Parts: sequence; C-alpha cells; structure tokens
Amino acid sequence: MTTRFTLNGQPVTLDLPPDTPLLWAIRDGLGLTGTKYGCGVAACGACTLHLDGQAIRSCQTPLAAAEGATVTTIEGLGRPNALHVVQSAWIDHQVAQCGYCQSGQIMQAAALLSETPNPTDAEIDTAMSGNLCRCGTYPRIRAAIHDAARRLSGA
Amino acid sequence: MGKLRKIARRSFLIGSAAIAGGVAFGTWRYLTPYPNPVAGKGAALTPYVVVDGSGITIITPRAEMGQGIHSTLAALVAEEMDLSWDQIRTHHGPPSKAYFNGAMLEEAVPFAPTDDGWLATTARHATQIPAKFLAIQLTGGSTSIPDAYDKMRAAGATARAALVQAASLRLGLPAENLTTASGAVVTPDGQRIPYTDLAEAAAQVDLPRTPPLKPRSEWKLLGQSLPRTDMVGKCTGTATFSGDIRLPGMKFATIRMNPNLGAPMTGFDATAAEALPGVERVIPLPGGVAVVAQTTWHAMQGAEALKIDWAPAPYPGDSTEMRAGVMAALASDTPDSTPRDDGQISDFTEFNLESDYHFPHLAHAAMEPMQATALFADGRLTLWTGTQAPGMARDAAARAIGIEAEAVTLHTQDMGGAFGRRAEVDCATQAALIAQAMEGTPILLTWSREEDMTHDMFRPMAAARIRATLREGKVAALDYKVAAPSIMQSFAERAGFPAGGPDSTITQGAWEQPYDIPHFRVQGYRAPKTVPVGFWRSVGASINGFALDSAMDELAHLASRDPLEFRLSHMTHAPSRLVLETVAKMSNWGSPRPGRALGVAFCLSFGVPTAEVIEVAQTPEGIRLTGAWAAVDVGVALDPRNIEAQVAGGMVYGLSAAMTGEITFAQGQVQQRNFPDYDGLRIGQCPDIQVLVLQVGGRIRGIGEPGTPPAAPALANALFALTGTRARDLPLSRQFRFA
Repeated sequence: MTTRFTLNGQPVTLDLPPDTPLLWAIRDGLGLTGTKYGCGVAACGACTLHLDGQAIRSCQTPLAAAEGATVTTIEGLGRPNALHVVQSAWIDHQVAQCGYCQSGQIMQAAALLSETPNPTDAEIDTAMSGNLCRCGTYPRIRAAIHDAARRLSGA
Repeated sequence: MGKLRKIARRSFLIGSAAIAGGVAFGTWRYLTPYPNPVAGKGAALTPYVVVDGSGITIITPRAEMGQGIHSTLAALVAEEMDLSWDQIRTHHGPPSKAYFNGAMLEEAVPFAPTDDGWLATTARHATQIPAKFLAIQLTGGSTSIPDAYDKMRAAGATARAALVQAASLRLGLPAENLTTASGAVVTPDGQRIPYTDLAEAAAQVDLPRTPPLKPRSEWKLLGQSLPRTDMVGKCTGTATFSGDIRLPGMKFATIRMNPNLGAPMTGFDATAAEALPGVERVIPLPGGVAVVAQTTWHAMQGAEALKIDWAPAPYPGDSTEMRAGVMAALASDTPDSTPRDDGQISDFTEFNLESDYHFPHLAHAAMEPMQATALFADGRLTLWTGTQAPGMARDAAARAIGIEAEAVTLHTQDMGGAFGRRAEVDCATQAALIAQAMEGTPILLTWSREEDMTHDMFRPMAAARIRATLREGKVAALDYKVAAPSIMQSFAERAGFPAGGPDSTITQGAWEQPYDIPHFRVQGYRAPKTVPVGFWRSVGASINGFALDSAMDELAHLASRDPLEFRLSHMTHAPSRLVLETVAKMSNWGSPRPGRALGVAFCLSFGVPTAEVIEVAQTPEGIRLTGAWAAVDVGVALDPRNIEAQVAGGMVYGLSAAMTGEITFAQGQVQQRNFPDYDGLRIGQCPDIQVLVLQVGGRIRGIGEPGTPPAAPALANALFALTGTRARDLPLSRQFRFA
C-alpha cells in the first residue's frame, strides 16, 4: 500500500504496510536518519518530529496517519548552513553531549516555542518532560530554550 | 618471550609484579613505535595528524560517547601546531595498536592518586609498558586526557617542527627565523606557506625526537572553552551514529537473546515469524535468534513472534538469592583484598556506628540501544559501530566468523551514550554473524530497548558494612568492608583474558580517600559470580562513594558536628579540602533555609577530588531537588565549559540511579524492560547545577566519571537533613517520595 505525504517540503511516496510506525518508515524506508529510536513505547521522546506542526512520537504513530500530511524532521527544521533559531541556541549553549536524544529535544522545543513564545521554567519542564536525556543536559536545554525565545521575540 | 607474556597478562589485572618485571625489557619495546596506521593517507606526520592537500585531519582515537573527547584531543594537537580552531577536522581513525591507552593501567596501580612519591610515580610510569604490549585502545576510566596530554601535544609539536623544517629547506632560511600561525609557516617578511603545501616535503624530513612543548602561558586554544567539533552535527540530525549508516540494498535486523543471561537456546520455531510481512530471514545465533527484515520494525515484530525454548539461567534466579550471596561474602573471613590497613583496627571492639549499605544491580540504559552495521563480502568484514574498545570488537567479530582480524575494517561511530556498556563486544559479534549469513548484503542490527535493558552487563549488586568509633568528636577507627561480584573477572571471562589476583574495582572509591583516620581498614570481598557485570560510569566508586560518605555524614551527626566541617577536620590533602571549602561557598552552606535542607558529599575518584552539595525541599507533590553545586579539581582544565558539562552530567547520571535505579531478577530474568520501569531523571526533576573547576592538584585528570560518585550520598545526606530518615538502601525511592 502506498502512502503519500510531504516530508521536509518534498512530496514523498512510500510503499510500506500502513501500520509501520512513522519512525521506521522515515528511517528505514526513506533513509532519513536524524530521527532516533530510543524506546519504541513513547517513553523517551528521541523519535519526536512534527506532524502538521504538532510534536508527536513517531514510534507510536502509524504511517497511515501521515497520509496527505506535512511531516518535518530535524533535517527539515534547519540545516548546518541554515540553522533554525532553536538549533542556533543549542549550538551557542553547547547543549549536546552524546547527541542521540537532541533531535527529539530540539523538535519538542521548537513546537513548544511555536505555541508558547516565551515559556516559563515550569512550562518548559512540562513540555519537555517526555524527552529523556541520559547525559544530563537539562540545565543547558532550559537555558537554550529561554535564549531561543528571546531571539524569536527580537529582544 | 614466555616470561614477557606472563608479565603482560598478569599486569592487565594490575599486580605490582608486572611493574617490577616489565620495566627493563619493556622500556626497549616501549620505545619501538608501532607501524603508523595512517601512513599512505596523504603525508602522515605522526599517527595523530594527517596533512594533505585537502586540509589537516587530527586523529582522535578515543571513543566519542558524549564527553566531547574528540574536540579536546584535537585541541592538544592544534595548539602545538598553531592551527586555528576552524581549520581542523577530526577523525576517529582505525583500530590500531599505536593508539594504546597508557593511562588505563596507570589508574590501577596500588598507590593512592594523592601519592606522588617516587615509588608511586615510577609504578605509574612503568604500567604504560604492559598497556602497550596489550595494545588496549580503550576509552574509559576517565583516562583519555591524562593519557593524551603529553602524547598528543608532542605529536602536534613534532608535526609543527617537521613542517617548519620543510619550509626551511624550501626557502633556504634557517628554521629559527620561521614562525607558525593559523596553519601556515610564516617567514620574517610575512610570507605565508600553508601547511598543506608543505605536507609532502615534511614527510621526508627527520622528525625531532623530543620537540619542546609550548609553555602554558602561550596557549591560545587549550584552557579555553571551544565549540565542540560534533555540536552542529548533533543539533541538525546529521551526526552519524552506528544505526545511521545507509548502504544500497541494506536490510534491517534485530535479535532476541536468552533472557536467562548467558544460557543457550535449546530450540526455536520460526513459522509464525516467517509468515509476517516484511520478514526475510531468521538466523539462529549462539544463545538466541536474529531476524532480518525490510525495516527494523518488521524485524522486531518477527522477533516477538518467534517461539523459543531457552535453557535455564546458570545462576541463582532471584535478586533475593543474589543478595544472600553478597551478604555471605561480606561475612566471610577471606577478603579479596585489603588495600588499606592503617593503625590497629582489631584493638577496637566498641563502635558508635555499625551500618550496612545495600546496592542493587543497575543498567547503563544509554539513549542509543546497542547497534552495529556490518557487511561481509569477499571474505572481508566491514563493521560500523560505536565501541569503547575497537580492537577488542574487531577481534571478537573476526573470531566469531572465522576470519583473521586483518580481514576486518572497523569504523568507530559516535555513540549515543555508553557509560561503560560499549566496552563490550556482544553486539559487534552478533552483527558479524548476521552479516556472514547474509553475505553480500549490508545489515543494520538494532537491539530493541527491551533487549538492551534485559541483556546488559550490569553494575554489580553490592553491600558495604561500616563500623566506626568516635573519640573527642573525630573518627578514631573506621572498619570498611564491601562485597560485590568481580567486574574484572566477569569482563575478563567474556574478553578471553586470564583473570587473577584481587579486583581493585571492588574497593575503588573507599581505600584511597584522603581521610586522616588513625585506624582505618578497607577490605573487599568477592561475592559469587551470578549475572554478567561490567563497568558502569565510575565503577566501584559509585558504590563505595555512597557507603563511605554516608557513614561520614552519620558520624558527623553522631558527633553533633557540622557535616562539612566534620569532613574537613579529617582531611589534610589540600586539593580535597579546597573543593569542600569551595562547594561550601557556592552553596552558601550554613545559611538558614526554611523548608529546605542541604546535603554534602565528597569522593576522590579517578584522581579528582569532587565535592557536591544538593538542596532538597518538601513540596505537596513530594520531595524536590532545588539546587546542586559541585567543585572539582582536574589539575589542568583544558576546556572548562566541557568539563562543567561532564560534571553536571555525571551528577544527573548518579542522581537518576540513586532515586529510582534498580534492576531486579526473578526466575533468572530481568524484570525491568523499558524506560517506564527503569527511568532517568526528567527535566522537571533536575535542579540548576553550578560547577566550579579548580586547577591546584598538579597532575591533569579526566572528568568523565568523577561527577557521579558524590551525587547519591549528597542527596541521601540532604534527605536526612530534611526528614531525619537515613537512607542506607538504594534506590532512595524505597523510602522517599520524589516529585
């Protein structure tokens, strides 16, 4: 069965069973590997991407849910030479350690800022609590989100 | 040769005989360089630097698992070569004996890290010889920086000298008249010749044997907080982990191994699995089955559908039985080692404190589950995998499929966390076997989170028993016993090294603490081998750091003294005193804070004195961590911001384990399967963390691990200060409700 959707601005066609999780459809079917597998049960947030602008756990979202939708992954959020403001803040604060969870962290943070342009610490904690980081980068994540919020507001 | 081999073997498990026996012969061998593994790639100046027409590549042969090691190693070379930070590229390089880790054994010599006496220094130096013979290219033990500090600066200085010499010959100018800056040789009249133009000529000049190193006052890169070379890739999804290799025709695999750890499989039925869409191949492996499919998810579905008969576990089935084994070892009268025995502890029969401390098994639970990509074709194996021990992974993979190690090409990938787990070679071996069965087809093996959590090499279960006597408000006697299964024995058996002698990891973090206690004995007891155990961030110090510091805190309260001042009053080691005094200032120790409480802890591990303070508060949702401070002394701080990140990260790792971390066994099998059962600290539970990096201790130290040991006792001591309840049994969630 064929599924069509827009991935990072490009139309894509994928011939995989519709119950294949979007995570694996993108990673193994389309070869786009920035989105990570961490737990498979929506408990760690490493697979977070945007489906029609909403941050979702792609390990628990079937491919069928993407039919006709717009999907953005970390690669589509910004590129090394054209960074998204959240990515710039992450780099300026040197957030990443191992980096494996950071695609998901950044996608979750970008979604948070699009809904809550100037989040408090408590709002950050609530929005980001589903994204696990075993390296312990949380204090820098918090600082980078505040910084990105300032940049987005032009302050 | 026979004698030499014996010395080298024995010394892997760290005995003083190896040191005494290996020096003379080994020194000669030590001075014989290994073949340069990157010769032929452009003009290779030393095994650490490649300069060619396309630029300058610094080989950073330690595993990047999040600690930023590639950046700091590159800075060591770049500093001496006078490179700009934006001019360098880093590459992990191939597994090679030339990249042996000399500091790995150095940490294990039987001298306290605070001992810089002649004998201790000589022994530390001499251990580099067997390390080289064994050619252990290992990343762990917070050793990368101490190991590389001189070696890689010398490599850079050698490269620079050769490039200057090449320019001197070309221009007919004396080398003394030439300077270097931003990757170029500069003439007195300001003409710049880029290194890349001099590369081929530089390969022809004689290398200086001992080029002078820059004095620290002239450093431009070292000592600065540099942007990490891997940061942009990790923030844009373009960094390549083991699971991110994509090759034409690639298939995706997963495994299901016997949950009775180490036991074989007695039979399996693949009918249901093979009938599933997308499943292409079912391959039996030693101890389990691999499924190869169209996507990783289809492979995982297939693995779940397999019907497998497992042989029973070769160890007692339940955690309670394992606990009984540990407690029996603790009560035995045959210690594995007695690394400290000051004064006359047997003179003491009355004790103010008699406490037992209990530690559960722990999983590593790195964010990236075990993964490896492999291709077997034309009798050769290519592996792409994140590993802390590339040479061991290569050799194990070769052995498993019956080819020579030379027929294996291993590309070491960035790791999504490791914490000691990726010093193991199980996943690389499985990938080799699957690739061989799928000859000509590249495969990516990804373990499910459930397989990863249930098939770890765990931090061992342990117990400590402390008896202490107070006199005039100070500790007069402290008798410390700790029992745990031997990590070194478990690791050596898996790796095929001979195991023998005491296991220094059992008592690590207790015996070498810089406490001036007149009668102080530390003894390690080896508990029976049960499940596979391995190196877990900070190893034995994560256990002993908790027990000993908790006891110091209890004794301070028994003596009615301030816990921080009490620790200081038992310490003459100046750097250790300074980190305690520093963390006291940082946390505003001693100031009143209604509804909140502070706990302090100290542990010297991997040579780094580390003091931490945690603040806790009672809230309607439960106890919340509201502040955290750490002071460390690394001797020389090469990249302060990155060191701060490692200390903070080490604390979070220790706090996660302390609060909720516990792996339990029932009928031989791990009961926790995924993050809902074995979670880490979440952002809302994580306090702000302030870190101060001091540099008074002299010798340079690594910092990947020392942040971890004091985190758990600092929290437990804070909980006591807040609630009056003393925690001696981890995890803390048994006794406390956290928000």
